[in-house]
Amino acid sequence: MSKPIVTYDEVTKSFGDVEVLKGINLDIMPSEKVAVIGPSGSGKTTLIRMLMTLEQPTDGAIIVDGENLWQMEEKGRLVDADEKHLSKVRGDIGMVFQHFNLFPHMTILENCMMAPVQVQKEDKKSARKRSIEMLEKVGLGDKLDNFPNQLSGGQKQRVAMARALVMRPKIMLFDEVTSALDPELVEEVLEVIRDIALEGEMAMVLVTHEMEFALDIADRVLFLDDGVIAESGTPSEVIEHSQNERLQSFLRRFRS
Amino acid sequence: MGNMILLSGFMDKVREYIPLNWKWDLFWDSFPFVAKGLYITFGLTIACYVFALLFGFVWTFLRRIPNRPIAWIVTWTMEFIRSTPPLVQLYFLFYSLPLIPYIGISLSPFACAVLALGVHFSTYIGEVYRSGIESVDAGQWEASQALNLSTFQKWTKVILPQALPPTIPMLGNYLIIMFKEIPLASTIGVMGILHLANDYGAIHYRFLEPITVVALLFLALSYPSAILVRKLEEKMNRRYGEENLYLDNNE
Amino acid sequence: MRGMGITLTVLGGSIILGYLMAFIAGFCRLSNNTFIRKFTGFYVEIFRGTSLIVQLFWFSYALPMLFGIELGSDLVAGILAISLNYGAYMSEIVRGSILSVSNGQTEAGIALNLTPFQRMRYVIFPQALRMMLPEFGNYLIQMLKATSLISLIGMTDVLYYGNLLRSSNLAIESTVYLFILIFFFIIALPLIFLTRKLEEISKKGVET
Repeated sequence: MSKPIVTYDEVTKSFGDVEVLKGINLDIMPSEKVAVIGPSGSGKTTLIRMLMTLEQPTDGAIIVDGENLWQMEEKGRLVDADEKHLSKVRGDIGMVFQHFNLFPHMTILENCMMAPVQVQKEDKKSARKRSIEMLEKVGLGDKLDNFPNQLSGGQKQRVAMARALVMRPKIMLFDEVTSALDPELVEEVLEVIRDIALEGEMAMVLVTHEMEFALDIADRVLFLDDGVIAESGTPSEVIEHSQNERLQSFLRRFRS
Repeated sequence: MGNMILLSGFMDKVREYIPLNWKWDLFWDSFPFVAKGLYITFGLTIACYVFALLFGFVWTFLRRIPNRPIAWIVTWTMEFIRSTPPLVQLYFLFYSLPLIPYIGISLSPFACAVLALGVHFSTYIGEVYRSGIESVDAGQWEASQALNLSTFQKWTKVILPQALPPTIPMLGNYLIIMFKEIPLASTIGVMGILHLANDYGAIHYRFLEPITVVALLFLALSYPSAILVRKLEEKMNRRYGEENLYLDNNE
Repeated sequence: MRGMGITLTVLGGSIILGYLMAFIAGFCRLSNNTFIRKFTGFYVEIFRGTSLIVQLFWFSYALPMLFGIELGSDLVAGILAISLNYGAYMSEIVRGSILSVSNGQTEAGIALNLTPFQRMRYVIFPQALRMMLPEFGNYLIQMLKATSLISLIGMTDVLYYGNLLRSSNLAIESTVYLFILIFFFIIALPLIFLTRKLEEISKKGVET
């Protein structure tokens, strides 16, 4: 049994008076594929946004590869992490957003190349080469010099994935990546995620409404409800054999 | 006690380096003298503003004439008025206009200022109206067509009631901007606060205090109104669209 | 026409210093440091709250008297007043544009592990700049118009010579201001076209 790459330890999160997450305990293994499902407002997105350091937990700790993400030691005391510490720890994490968040003023290729060159100080030539390879892999090798607003939603989302992948993350987070897409464009995006998943070595956390898809690629499914992990297990355990009343009613809405 | 001595010593040091040449008695003396001009300044502001609001409609409708040469002339006339200094326009109306044969008329300084500043700002106000009208949904025009409203009814009952309210904050902003341009009129002898401050300065050979009074009066009047307009803007934004702004990514 | 040099010098100086001020103040107002933020806010409100003409007088009469600061010449006073005034207005544009770049852009920057400086330099600022351009163009014309005020503090610009001509030569009286208006319009023309060009540029490559 190897060590988990991410551990949530009693993590809670409140926005003002509203407690969105109420004590999350969770281990994610290297190369594990975890699908997170649940009704909207259940805190799924917040769960992964805290891991990407976009949202600070109210309480509890998130451990990434043995390092405490949100706290650091200073003179023997735990204090809130500063930008330097966050940047060091989150280097292994990549994220794809619901609304793509591509940089509109850069070409597709520039979108992909920027971070390797600026953050990882890779030389331009090799960053360029790897970016092109990655864009070819997601099927956009012919669009290198296009700007994001010249692409369809599905294409944009594939660029966003390529952009995250060139950073060679150990953990990839997918935040409802198909929710903002027209129905006919969903499949091309899922196809790419499936390919990435099959390659294997990366841990993946997918917040998704695509049940069939979750069933297909996930090693484990979490059902988040009202701020807690209400069910956890293999896809067939959770989606097909669970006795949880609320999960049943949640799933029924997708079956029809 | 010791502190007091230290403090006064410190103030002496300050005076040594920064010779504060400020006379409070002159300040208080000039205050009422200058403040008398507020009536004129206010009156002129209101007169110019009303003129600009009304004349703005003229530009808006002139620009809607579907005739290319006329549209071109109107556009460039507006551009000319907007991009040349109001001060020179003021001088032109005041000094040059009366001398032009036949059409030349002599205007009082006050009327001159109303005309010059009013026309200058009406070109901006016209654009504000236009943006309001363009923001009315195309469906509204079709609906009034379908209801067989007359052109006049269409404008007064359907289009303008929707086009104008969203422009109120912008119009408010222009009122404040205009208020700050009003001192221009002092150059042709309108007895506003700036003019009186200069008079006071000329009498007492001191410009510092009266000019500061003018600055403070402007600040005291325009800052609260600017805050009011900002509040209004926020309220309007909440009512008219931009609702989707904060929906992103917030589950 | 005499005085053109002065008018153009003041215009050029004000434009350069004004934009510089706009960026400095704009960024300061977004600073994490409360003191810097409040102080710049104070500057912006003072200059936006009072009239440019009053500021001009203040810079030319009051500053030398009050603090014994000799600005050297009316030229400096004029440029300083105009650029500080419009710098204050334009700093609001700088601030507003930076704030209006969508949050998702910052988040994407964080997800790619860019430092805060890199996020500003490569992601936020280039997009914000595009939004600023049309407004900046408009303010070019505003600054041009403002340069006409410098004759009021005794500078010998175009308008000053116009006034001189009016009082000395009756024959030319009726046309002199028309010529000055046309003079200003001729300088404004390239600025108008530049503004239109900037509007076009800013429409490209914006998030949809």
